[in-house]
Amino acid sequence: MVSICFYFQVHQPFRLKKYSVFDVGHNHNYFDEHRNEKEMKKIAGKCYLPANSVMLDLLKKHPEFKIAYCISGTAIEQMRQYAPEALESFRKLAKTGRVEFLNETYYHTLSSIYSQDEFKRQVEKHKQMVEDEFGQTPRVFRNTELIFNNEIANTVMNMGYDAMLAEGVDRILQWRSPNFLYSAVSAPKIKLLLKNYKLSDDIAFRFSERSWVDWPLTAPKFANWLSAANGNGHVVNLFMDYETFGEHQWESTGIFDFLRSLPQELLKHPHNDFVTPSEAAARYPAASELDIHHLISWADIERDLSAWLGNKMQKAAIEQIYAMEKDILESGDEKLIDDWRKLQTSDHFYYMCTKWFADGDVHKYFNPYESPYEGFIWYMNVLNDIKIRLKEAKKKVVA
Amino acid sequence: MRVLMFGWEFPPFSKGGLGTACHGLVKGLSHNGVNILLVLPSYNGESQISNLNIISADKLHNIEIRRIKSLLTPYITSGEYLARYHAGNHKNAGIYGRNLFEEVDRFSAAAEEVAKSENFDVIHAHDWLTYEAGIAAKKISNKPLIVHVHATEFDRSGDNPNPHVYWVEKHGMEQADAIIAVSDYTKRKIVHHYGIAPGKITVVHNSVEHKPAISYVPSKLRETDKIVLFLGRITLQKGPDYFLYAANMVAKRFPNVKFLLAGTGDMEPFIIEKAVEMGLMDRVLFTGFLTGPDIDKAYRMADLYVMPSVSEPFGITALEAMANGTPVLISRQSGVSEVIRNCLKADFWDVHDIAGKMISVLEHPALKETMQEEGGREVSKFSWNDSSRKCEEVYAKVMSKAW
Repeated sequence: MVSICFYFQVHQPFRLKKYSVFDVGHNHNYFDEHRNEKEMKKIAGKCYLPANSVMLDLLKKHPEFKIAYCISGTAIEQMRQYAPEALESFRKLAKTGRVEFLNETYYHTLSSIYSQDEFKRQVEKHKQMVEDEFGQTPRVFRNTELIFNNEIANTVMNMGYDAMLAEGVDRILQWRSPNFLYSAVSAPKIKLLLKNYKLSDDIAFRFSERSWVDWPLTAPKFANWLSAANGNGHVVNLFMDYETFGEHQWESTGIFDFLRSLPQELLKHPHNDFVTPSEAAARYPAASELDIHHLISWADIERDLSAWLGNKMQKAAIEQIYAMEKDILESGDEKLIDDWRKLQTSDHFYYMCTKWFADGDVHKYFNPYESPYEGFIWYMNVLNDIKIRLKEAKKKVVA
Repeated sequence: MRVLMFGWEFPPFSKGGLGTACHGLVKGLSHNGVNILLVLPSYNGESQISNLNIISADKLHNIEIRRIKSLLTPYITSGEYLARYHAGNHKNAGIYGRNLFEEVDRFSAAAEEVAKSENFDVIHAHDWLTYEAGIAAKKISNKPLIVHVHATEFDRSGDNPNPHVYWVEKHGMEQADAIIAVSDYTKRKIVHHYGIAPGKITVVHNSVEHKPAISYVPSKLRETDKIVLFLGRITLQKGPDYFLYAANMVAKRFPNVKFLLAGTGDMEPFIIEKAVEMGLMDRVLFTGFLTGPDIDKAYRMADLYVMPSVSEPFGITALEAMANGTPVLISRQSGVSEVIRNCLKADFWDVHDIAGKMISVLEHPALKETMQEEGGREVSKFSWNDSSRKCEEVYAKVMSKAW
């Protein structure tokens, strides 16, 4: 028996506008509303709406089919504002009872590395949002970009979750298969679901790659590959960005047709079934314990944090934003706190990534600015304005 | 394969990017095994000897140099030519042309004589002052001509071209069998303003020479001040006025920043006057014309190099600054912006953007250091040998057509 566990990540950041030095102290609107609206409408039209409609049909057609999503709070806010029909279509999926919603940091941040307290607050806020929007209390946690190590696992265990997700990194697994559940030495009480990056990336990255020997990828072919795990694994975790459908892989590549026929092809193999992450955690035991000291993630070929914290700009920016934590929270200024948290979204640091030459095209594709240097400049200008607001807020508190 | 090349004296005997580019290409071609007969307009007898030294220092064995006495220098304007001509009192009369265009004709007549007596396979002429010479050589030899466009009259004049210069350029481009442009930016200008078919133009981006690091004692100035550098001719094309306007905005916020203008040009009096008017005389420093190691020192002492050109066909100085470990802010209206990524860019007219970016580099060491590291890595991949190889491909193309 092999169980298939689909999880899709849905996230959109609040992108900054080109916020000049000369705006500092004069203009407190940091976000590029026009651009954010355009991006959200585009992604809703190309991905969320058509993909959700396919998923809903599949859930109706196949009573065995199950999937999971994790939707960041910043994506939900922008859906509310710019594409309410997309949010409504996610709610419809929730109502089928066979779609699980996972928990993450509301603002899709790197707080798990920089501040445990702030991390817990953001996770709590996200949990509340999932309950309000989808009527579920999440039992499974996924950290931003699947960032993981022993310490984070321990924090998450103490927050009471049943399971969390991580990347099936070769240097961690070594001879072991990602198709079993594991636990961390630091967190024996929760199960770890590891992404099968080979099969996940066949869909997410290689689907339309014509130079790939296995192109074109068809649903029967993929179902055969996956079913080969029978007898030497419990669950195949297919984790990917939801934008795979319609945005990274355009509709013209046939990605939606592939998706439409995939469940029936998978079910043709009599030993296959579908599980949500919670069900997988309840059904299967942990095969062994993993000891993960260094931070891992699902990003790039390195599967580390170098895309967010690889250069001096990124480190300087992130250290500054977290250094403000105490003062910001004490200000009691809700708008200021919300802006500060939106600035923690990991994408801002990703836009400052200079690791362009080896596996850079992905970064270039996602960068709304002309260069990582501009990404840094607008960000630091905004931080300078935040500092001014903070001073003013403090004066008020004192008065 | 032997190339008859109409080029320019190498630095330091030639100002600006044209001499640098000729030096780089000749060195690259020589390295790749191409023989070159290099014909140079040459006024100064002293430079001949020094140039021979440069060539032997470079170990360029397959290069022959023929000098034609001439008052032509890179980028010379009609007015500058007349000043040069008359500066020689009467001794220049009867030798050199009475105006720039007469001198261009005289140079091309002399070039024809060289072409008559020499064997070569292809002609390569650098910039408009030598196009007529190239055409004359083509007529006499029936060999294919390539004109190499390092700049157009539209770049130099700010879209206010001298019709005679324009005509010489257009004539050269039309008579040429192929055109090399230093950037896509320049190629577009050639297509748009000169009506040349895009298929005739090949883009060969310039490069930079990687020299051993100079021994550099940090300037005293750096102990108290940060430094923002402008380096280039102080002419309309290079945008020194935009540099000054941006400097004024930065100076108001930062008391400890100095603005260094390295270069000379016809806009210098205006810039000085304007700086006085803005109350920036203690903040703006003029170095005059720099050569050789002084240029590298200027880059090294700067926290940021700014190239705010109104129209820059390429912009080798940006690569030179990066090779010296200096972050660069360049105009988007430039060819070099097509080939470098680890830099800041701005539209030359957007002085707010220029000033804002200057401030960011001065304010955030992390920005400066990341640009230094990544920029240094990026520029280390540039090689004149690669640029030269692309020229050789153009040679091969025109030669196969000619036969």
